[in-house]
Amino acid sequence: MKTKSDNYISLEFLSRSANEGFARGAVACFAAQLDPTLEELGDIKTAVSEAVTNAIVHAYPDELGKVVIKARILEGNVLELTVRDWGRGIADVDKARQPLYTTGGEERSGMGFTIMESFMDSLTVRSQEGRGTRVTMRRRIQPRRRQ
Amino acid sequence: MEMKYKTENRQLTITLSGELDHHAAKGLMESIDRCMEQNLPTKTLLDLGGLTFMDSSGIAVVLRAKRRMEALAGTLVVVNIPRQASRVLETAGLGRYVDLI
Repeated sequence: MKTKSDNYISLEFLSRSANEGFARGAVACFAAQLDPTLEELGDIKTAVSEAVTNAIVHAYPDELGKVVIKARILEGNVLELTVRDWGRGIADVDKARQPLYTTGGEERSGMGFTIMESFMDSLTVRSQEGRGTRVTMRRRIQPRRRQ
Repeated sequence: MEMKYKTENRQLTITLSGELDHHAAKGLMESIDRCMEQNLPTKTLLDLGGLTFMDSSGIAVVLRAKRRMEALAGTLVVVNIPRQASRVLETAGLGRYVDLI
């Protein structure tokens, strides 16, 4: 279903971990036009960081590949984020979404999807083995009363 | 990401500042391991007060530090947790395993 967008950005970058900070910072700058609270902005940055880290660690474990983030502002003060990779994909999405499940070793906690789910209003994960993964998240920013 | 530490009477205080994400986590874990091995503390305070951002990579850092302290028969306490980092740790239910102050 197509949803009308008031504004959007698209960011493409290489799956280097040094780009994690850039990705969440850029999305936070874009989201700032919705006038979020610091807590809302922190939630958005955290969710972006988790999705991008998943792409870097799990989609391209042995190589570098392309990651694209699309951020859109939808009607009703809603921010929609799509993080897409063309890596190895997730064999069992339901299992991957379980808390504490990880194939990433001791450096990963297995809480990435749980945090995305908790910090955003909705989370959709579509993946195909060998084709890549698309994570879509939405968060409504509460309109604030002007002083 | 910056890490500083001090020791006093076998109490190790590790202070973190900056952004703790996956990019920073591996090097940080190695630094904390080395610091504990050199100082053999009976108690470690992990001070997160200077963190401006933390994602779930921080959970792995805390859990690893906890395991290292258990191997030394010591304790780990996480202190001065900023609001954003606290939300991440709470979501993971980490308070059941680690002292968070």
